[in-house]
Amino acid sequence: MTLHDFWFLLIAVLWAGYFFLEGFDFGVGVLVGLLARGETERRVLINTIGPVWDGNEVWLITAIGATFAAFPSWYAALLSGFYLPMLAILVCLILRVVAFEYRGKREDARWKRRWETCLIGSSAGAAFLWGAVFADLLHGLRVDRAGDVTGGPLALLTPQALLGGLALLALFTLHGALFTALKTVGDLRLRARSLAMRLGVPAVLLVAALLAVVDGERGHAASWAASGLAVAALAGALGANLRGREGWAFAASGVGVLALVAALFLGLFPDVVPSTLHPAWSLTAASAASGPYTLRVMTWVAGFATPLVLLYQGWTYWVFRRRIGVQHIPAAAAH
Amino acid sequence: MELALAHETVARWQFGITTVYHYLFVPLTISLAALTAGLQTAWVRTDKEKYFRATKFWGKLFLINIAMGVATGLVQEFQFGMNWSAYSRFVGDVFGAPLAMEALLAFFFESTFVGLWIFGWDRLPRRIHLACIWMVALGTVLSAYFILSANSFMQHPNGYRIGADGRAHLTDVFTVLFQNTAVAAAFHTLSASFLTGGAFMVGVTAFLILRTRRQPVEERDPGAVAVLRTSLRLGLLTTLVSGALTAISGDTIGRVMVDQQPMKMAAAEGLWHTATSAPFSVFAIGSLAQGRNVFELNIPGLLSFLATHSFHGTVRGIVDVAHAEVARYGASGGGSGTGWQHYVPQIFVVFWAYRGMMGFGMTSVALAAAGLWLTRRKVLLDPRFRRGEDELPALMLTRRRELTPFLTTWGWRLAVITLGFPLIGNALGWIFTEMGRQPWAIYGLMTTADAVSPGVSVASQTVSLAVLVTIYAVLAVVEVRLLLTYIARGIPNELPPAPVHFRPHGPGGGAGAGAGAGAAAADDDEPLTFAY
Repeated sequence: MTLHDFWFLLIAVLWAGYFFLEGFDFGVGVLVGLLARGETERRVLINTIGPVWDGNEVWLITAIGATFAAFPSWYAALLSGFYLPMLAILVCLILRVVAFEYRGKREDARWKRRWETCLIGSSAGAAFLWGAVFADLLHGLRVDRAGDVTGGPLALLTPQALLGGLALLALFTLHGALFTALKTVGDLRLRARSLAMRLGVPAVLLVAALLAVVDGERGHAASWAASGLAVAALAGALGANLRGREGWAFAASGVGVLALVAALFLGLFPDVVPSTLHPAWSLTAASAASGPYTLRVMTWVAGFATPLVLLYQGWTYWVFRRRIGVQHIPAAAAH
Repeated sequence: MELALAHETVARWQFGITTVYHYLFVPLTISLAALTAGLQTAWVRTDKEKYFRATKFWGKLFLINIAMGVATGLVQEFQFGMNWSAYSRFVGDVFGAPLAMEALLAFFFESTFVGLWIFGWDRLPRRIHLACIWMVALGTVLSAYFILSANSFMQHPNGYRIGADGRAHLTDVFTVLFQNTAVAAAFHTLSASFLTGGAFMVGVTAFLILRTRRQPVEERDPGAVAVLRTSLRLGLLTTLVSGALTAISGDTIGRVMVDQQPMKMAAAEGLWHTATSAPFSVFAIGSLAQGRNVFELNIPGLLSFLATHSFHGTVRGIVDVAHAEVARYGASGGGSGTGWQHYVPQIFVVFWAYRGMMGFGMTSVALAAAGLWLTRRKVLLDPRFRRGEDELPALMLTRRRELTPFLTTWGWRLAVITLGFPLIGNALGWIFTEMGRQPWAIYGLMTTADAVSPGVSVASQTVSLAVLVTIYAVLAVVEVRLLLTYIARGIPNELPPAPVHFRPHGPGGGAGAGAGAGAAAADDDEPLTFAY
């Protein structure tokens, strides 16, 4: 395996980590609107991810930063090519950060409702937009000879983008519902399970449709296999959920998310930004990569940092492993 | 050509606005993280209540700040690719590396441990919980270092070669990370961050002291008064010490700059022609067309001293440096100017930003020195409120002199008013260093005009600028109100959590575990103990 192929793999892993972790964060954000009844339940939901969402988001920053370092042309084409969608994603992510941090800072119902609206909208928006971006990316962009993306924002409004957006929104909501069932107690836990049941079938169908479209266009044996695994794992998650096996259900939906990302990146490879104008103008892992020295340096850094990150992030999940419920949420503080 | 100009202009305004805005939160986050960690260390070591309450108070303000820092930092990570794709492609091989390291080594640290710190008060043993805030502080400093080394590459490209593909390729990562430009910039920026945090601490404390002074003595909370006094002295000392370090590091970075970017220093001084015994100009009105100052007020020889540490040293002037750059890089490089003027940054902005940076920063340092002197006896502390833990703190200047507190109301108000001075100084410092590098994005390698995304329309860029400015403006209002609310609430009256040891309980949980777990998990949403 060449160094740039290895870095392609590493970036796929970072996206997989991001979608696995932030996927349930987005889902929980949507559930604040979809599942919670009343202030206390909303707070239960928010606090299931309270200590971890910020660390989860760093997977995205790292994926973007690693792309910048290892594949500058990919980074440049991806972010300038998806200019307005990226702006919209940024707006969603900014609002989410602030909504988490500021919602509870004032005892004022209107203030809280406003930030909840921001949280729900931005979680759903970001999930949808990432799906749309990846669906468009797999289809290819109007990359010209110089490696610049042309065509403007309207070229991104495709049926495939809509399908991708809906698929990831549904998938992450399902993933979040299974996470909620695993992390809460009482009524909320039961309702999360039944919501996951109702959401499950459309989510699996949407994901299957997206993967069929993507693989139909540029799939090969490996990406079809990953797609099959993704759909099978999600179906397994629904089965486990039906039988009340919450740990298995969440693990299976996690495998589903990971396999989905694997399918997308396998479908993309060896291109990183396929060109719809001329196949020879596509940016590939080889053509977009940094020099071997940079890749070697970054391999050392990643080799040192990644185990460390996994270790202390894993420890965080262990410290906050307990389920929470409405009885754990105190009345609003007087202060 | 006109379109290309607009491209560059919109992208530059967005970068300038978003970066200056982001940088309002960065220095406060860096310094408040460390100051909070210091206060918590004092609490863990001495078990004194005032340190605990101080930790809670400043920790809360720190958290409000870091939220905005994180939110606005996302834009920074994205906008190089969005607006500056030509730049990113050309230099990503070198410039991307420190950014990726920042994410891998610093952001994960910061964000993971801040979550542990916020929610871990009653779940982690004291020392481990304390270690979490130190990890956050370490993360903020590391993050600053990586991004400054990336910026230093733009000021003084080093450790690279131009490959056959016409792009910059990294050849020596240690040069990029540790060249003198980066080390000097980190020293200067970090000390200025602590100057900012110190002045913030002094200003906020002064505001609360003013309010406490209006309360009848018997209604005052003696514990809160002790916190205020500690905070005041800590803030003043931080401001003074880091202010001195900022001046020293400013001198260092200035001499590095004279060597590596002579144009920037010449522009900062409005020095048009190379001179020995060059004067420091206090005030000047220059004319680019005439290539000289129409009006100036000078201190003879001082500039030579600042640049070379000799009153008779030679400092290169704007016109001479510009002509040298024409000879080196050619007369036409796009952009607005022609001939040598093309290589001259906007003198007015650079000249005044430089003076503003020093003026605002050093005003706070001078005030802190005065404040330390004036408060060297226990301020606001009635003898009846003296308790064991309020013994003379070690950081006081003198033990023997008794001086009744004689600071007037206006003395305190001055501290409140100048709370934001270092923030302005920071912003002006960045405007100076980035504007002073123009027309270059990477000094000598790539002009800013060539760095813009070629495929993005001006319309898209304008939408982006408008959207971000709107959101940032709204968030600024929210943030300031929230800070004011929390400051107005004063020093929280909270008791330290009981010491925690790791308890064995399985992840299974369920309804049965709920009752027993209640006590530990119940505080999850306590707005004052935790964040959400």
